Amino acid sequence: MTPVIEVESLWTQFGDHVVHRDLNLVVMPGEVVSLVGGSGSGKTTLMRQILGLEQPTRGTVKVFGIPLQGSSAQLVQKIRKRWGVLFQEGALYSALSVFDNIALPLRELRAFDEDFIGDMVMLKLDMVDIERRHASKMPADLSGGMIKRIALARALVLEPELVLIRSLHQKLNLTVVMVTHDLDTLVSLSHKIAVLAEQQLIVYGSLKEAIAVQHPFILNFFLGERGLRALSAVGASVKLSGKD
Amino acid sequence: MQQPSAPAVLEPEVRQARAADGAAAAALSGAWDIRALESRARLLKSQLRQLAADPGRHWDLSRIQRLDHIGALLIWQAWGKRRPAQLALAHRHEVFFSNLDSAAAAVPAAPFDPLRLVRALGAAMLLTAEHLLGMVRLIGQILIDSFGLIRHPLRGPWREISASLFRVGTQALGITALVGFLIGVVLSYLSAEQLKAFGANIFIINLLGMGIIRELGPVIAAVLVAGRSGSAITAQLGVMRVTEELDALSVMGIPHTVRLILPKIVALAIAMPLLILWTSGIALIGGALAANTQLGISVHSFFIGLPGAVPTVNLWLAMGKGVVFGALIALIACHFGLRVQPNTESLGIGTTNSVVTSITAVIVADAIFAVIFSDVGISLS
Repeated sequence: MTPVIEVESLWTQFGDHVVHRDLNLVVMPGEVVSLVGGSGSGKTTLMRQILGLEQPTRGTVKVFGIPLQGSSAQLVQKIRKRWGVLFQEGALYSALSVFDNIALPLRELRAFDEDFIGDMVMLKLDMVDIERRHASKMPADLSGGMIKRIALARALVLEPELVLIRSLHQKLNLTVVMVTHDLDTLVSLSHKIAVLAEQQLIVYGSLKEAIAVQHPFILNFFLGERGLRALSAVGASVKLSGKD
Repeated sequence: MQQPSAPAVLEPEVRQARAADGAAAAALSGAWDIRALESRARLLKSQLRQLAADPGRHWDLSRIQRLDHIGALLIWQAWGKRRPAQLALAHRHEVFFSNLDSAAAAVPAAPFDPLRLVRALGAAMLLTAEHLLGMVRLIGQILIDSFGLIRHPLRGPWREISASLFRVGTQALGITALVGFLIGVVLSYLSAEQLKAFGANIFIINLLGMGIIRELGPVIAAVLVAGRSGSAITAQLGVMRVTEELDALSVMGIPHTVRLILPKIVALAIAMPLLILWTSGIALIGGALAANTQLGISVHSFFIGLPGAVPTVNLWLAMGKGVVFGALIALIACHFGLRVQPNTESLGIGTTNSVVTSITAVIVADAIFAVIFSDVGISLS
C-alpha cells in the first residue's frame, strides 16, 4: 500500500533558527495520527508544508505518493481535490451562506446539477448534526462550534481520502492527521501519536509507546494531572517508573 | 502520471440485465466515487433515470467496487429518493444509503413577502437613526474624555496622538502635494483661456487665490484624507474587532475612546489644517507656474499680488474648516470602525460606508460654512 503522506528527511530553517531537523513521517491509509508538541515546536509549519502552503528548506513531502515540490500545478490541484482541510477557526467564506459554503467545492467541479448539489449539502449537514434550517444563514449568525462543524461538512463534501484538521471531535472513517492539544480526543480517537520536540519526531507510535518515552514534554503533557485523567478514562496502563 | 495509491478499479458502468426470475434488472459495477464520476455524472444520471422509470426493476449494486456519498446520491436520486423493492447491495455500502434514508425532506423555500419593500425602507430608516444615535453617543463620550484629559493632562494618550499625527499628517504630504499641484495647474490653464478673451489677465490671481485658498484646498485635502486615513482608521478598528483586540482592551478596563479614538480625532484635527495649508500652497505654486506660461504673469508678481487679492481672513476660514473636517473624518471613521462585526464581509462594507459618509459629510459641512460665512472675506480691499 502506498502511504498517504510521506515526509522524508525534512529540514526547515528560518534564518539561523532550525525548526525541523531531518524529520521523517509516514502515514498509511486509514490511520488517525495526532501531531502534538509544545508551542513553537513546528506543528503548524509541518502541517502547512504537508498542505503545500509552505516550502521546506530541504527534503520532500509526498501526498498520495506524489511529491508536492516540483510537481506540475495541475497535479497538485488534483491532490487538493482528494483531501479535506479544516482550519482552526473554520475559515468559512463570510460572504456566502452556509449552503453556498458547503456547495462551493462541488459547484467548482461543474459535474453535478443544482438538484444534486442541494441534496448533497443537506446530507452533509445531517452528518455533522446541523439542522437544515441553518442552511440559509450566514456564517456571522452562527456560533463558533457550529462554524467548525459546517467547515467539517465543507471539508468532507468532496469525499476526501485524507483529512487534515486541528482538533477533531467526531470519528471519521478516513485517514486523518490532526494537530491537537485536547487529550481526550487524542486518546480516544487517534491510532498513532507523533510527538514533535527538539526539531524532530521524538516518538511516532501508539499511545503506549509515546508515554513510555522519558522526555520532559511527554512527562508534562501526558503524565500531568489532566493527562492521567484522560488516560485513566480509556483504561491505558501507565507506568511511572523512572519519574522522580 | 498514474496515481499509485489507487488500485485498478473499473469505470462506473450501468447495464440492463435479467434477474433470475426473468424480470428486468439493472446491474451496476466499477467505481462509483467522486473521482470516477466527476467526468461522467451527467451521462450516468440520464442512464439511471431511464432504467428507474420501470418501478418493478431489480437493482444489483453488489458488484460496485467503490462507493461514496456522491455515487450513492446519484443512484438514490434516480430512484426517486427511496429504495427500490428489489435491491442487492454489498454490506459495506449499506451505510451510504442508510444515511440517505434518514435524511429528512428538504427545507421549504421562504414564502413571498408582499411588504418586503416597506420592510426594507423601515429597516433603512431605523438603521440611519441608529447611526445618528451612535454618533451622538460617541461625541458625548469623547467630550467627557476630553474633560478628563484637561484635568489630568499627564495621563493623556500623547504617544498615540503623536503616532497618529505622523501617520495621518506627515505621511500624507506627498499625495496631497501631487494632487494639489496638478489641480492648480489645470485650474490655471482653464481660467487663463477665459480671462485672455476679456483681457482680464491680472484677475487670475484673484480667481486662483480665492478659489484655492477658500474652497478647493480644504475640500481636496479633506477628500484625500478621508480616502486615505479614514479608510485606514475604519479598517484598523474593524480588524481589532475581528481579532478581539477591542474586547481585550475592554476587559482590561482600558476604554477604547481614550486610547484609540481620542488620539485619532485630536491628530486629524491638528493635521488637517496644516495639510490644507500645504495643499493650497502647492496648488498656488502650480497655478502660478501655469499662469506664467499662459499669461506671462511672473511667479514673483503672482505672489506679490496675492495678499491684495485675497483677504487674510480666508486663510483662517480654511484653517477653521480644516479642524472641523479633520474631526468629522476621524469621528465617522471611528464610528464605522467600532460597528464592524467580527467577520470579513462586515469589514469591507464598514470601510466603504466610512469613506462615502465622510466625503459626503465634508461636502455638506463645506456648504454650511459657505452659507454661514457668505459675507466674510469676499469683498476686495
